Amino acid sequence: MNANETIASAAERSDHTVTSVNDAVEETGAQSAPVEEGKTVGKPHADNPKFKLRNVEVFYGQDRAIKDISLDIGRNEVISFIGPSGCGKSTFLRCLNRMNDSIDICRVKGQLMLDDEDIYHSKKDVVELRARVGMVFQKPNPFPKSIYDNVAYGPRIHGLANRKAELDEIVENSLRKAGLWSEAKDRLDSIATGLSGGQQQRLCIARAIAVNPEVILMDEPCSALDPIATARVEELIAEMSESYTIVIVTHSMQQAARVSNRTAYFHLGHLVEVNETTKVFTSPEHELTESYITGRFG
Amino acid sequence: MPDRKDDVYGDHISNKFNDELMALKTAFLEMGGLVESQVASAIDALVDNDGHLADEVRATDKKVDKMEIELDEEATLILARRQPTARDLRLVVAVIKMVSDLERVGDEAKKIAKFAIKLSEEGQAPRGYVEVRHISNHVLSMLHDALDAFARLDSEQALRIMKEDKRVDEEYQAATRTLLTFMMEDTRNISRCMSVMWILRALERVGDHACNIAENVIFMVKGEDVRHTPVEEAEKVVGR
Repeated sequence: MNANETIASAAERSDHTVTSVNDAVEETGAQSAPVEEGKTVGKPHADNPKFKLRNVEVFYGQDRAIKDISLDIGRNEVISFIGPSGCGKSTFLRCLNRMNDSIDICRVKGQLMLDDEDIYHSKKDVVELRARVGMVFQKPNPFPKSIYDNVAYGPRIHGLANRKAELDEIVENSLRKAGLWSEAKDRLDSIATGLSGGQQQRLCIARAIAVNPEVILMDEPCSALDPIATARVEELIAEMSESYTIVIVTHSMQQAARVSNRTAYFHLGHLVEVNETTKVFTSPEHELTESYITGRFG
Repeated sequence: MPDRKDDVYGDHISNKFNDELMALKTAFLEMGGLVESQVASAIDALVDNDGHLADEVRATDKKVDKMEIELDEEATLILARRQPTARDLRLVVAVIKMVSDLERVGDEAKKIAKFAIKLSEEGQAPRGYVEVRHISNHVLSMLHDALDAFARLDSEQALRIMKEDKRVDEEYQAATRTLLTFMMEDTRNISRCMSVMWILRALERVGDHACNIAENVIFMVKGEDVRHTPVEEAEKVVGR
């Protein structure tokens, strides 16, 4: 199905008939249509996409975890993926830098383009892809090495620095961008696992930034952090959005509302709705989105 | 309190959240009922020359003010505790705004009661009371319908109220002209007619507040702000 058809069918279904719910004369706003495969309401397309994803399906053995999802991710956009556990948002995220490759029974179908290059092309260099599309995980996972070596690791294996001075500069810049420099500059040789949880997560972000990626994927980056560390990381996301495209999976709806331009709602492997974040949280188009974000199921 | 299962705000996973939203809705409707009866009593006091009733209206306004503060507090607590989204958020935000409309309707009732006392003390033949009665019936039914539209989430009824407001404005203009004629006939009427003018003005404002409430109901139901937009635009929003 092409983009226009998707939009046309979404528009057609939004012209729903009003259903009365007990004493209420009409349902508030959102449509009550059930989720239809391959149909996403709202604005799944972007004018200048960094990622162009079409008819993506992911299988774990016989199980179809992602069902015909088409989505654009805009350049320098922050997009949030939300949805109940098991809805496929993390699986979908992990397709974007082929993290699913490590799972033997996992198969990915459909077209996944990064700047018009097929991510899943058989000749694609996955190491190079992951340098361009970095990732930050739920639990901070620094290497059991010094703070300096954690950040320098990527640039070293990708040969980004010829001299020690260059590497020092990359490490400093990355730590600065991740908002960790002032806390870490006097203890660069200390072991990274001695940092606090929030500092470790910012170190992981610095490590991701160090190889100069274009996209940063974040899989629940704040769920193991306290509110202050969370606020720091969110602040960082806002700053980083000037130079990177950011895709963030989060269970915190308030976080999605705070940090992202667009929000995508996943449900049982379907992409139900994509819209501007302000729209999703004030008047979502789809009934399922509404139910989820207002805490009516999940 | 209505059974939570009968209300679109009552089906959260958290029952406590349901209760909070329902309590907010109920308290708002209670306050609405109170200001409705305040306006009606103020007009009765005026037309029946009942100074005692007018005093009562003025005293009861304190209760209206108290309810405003309580509702605002309740709404603020829900925002802090629950971070509501979508329709829940629109309900809470709309209630916060509509509460000030209700409080001002209460103030208008108090104002009418004040003039009712003044006019009954002056004790002259009623002039312009027919117009007052007529317009008060009109705006009271608008207010009642606006609260009803809120209770039932009926955006079409809310739209009808927005349209009614124009008619009230016309009636107000016509009544003003009539009173001007009385004043020109006999200058001794002027003081008295000015008081009635203020009462008409207060009633016209009640109509405006009912209209504001109606606009907020459309926002709650449709998610679109129809304030400061032509009625035709609001019609399109409601038709969606």
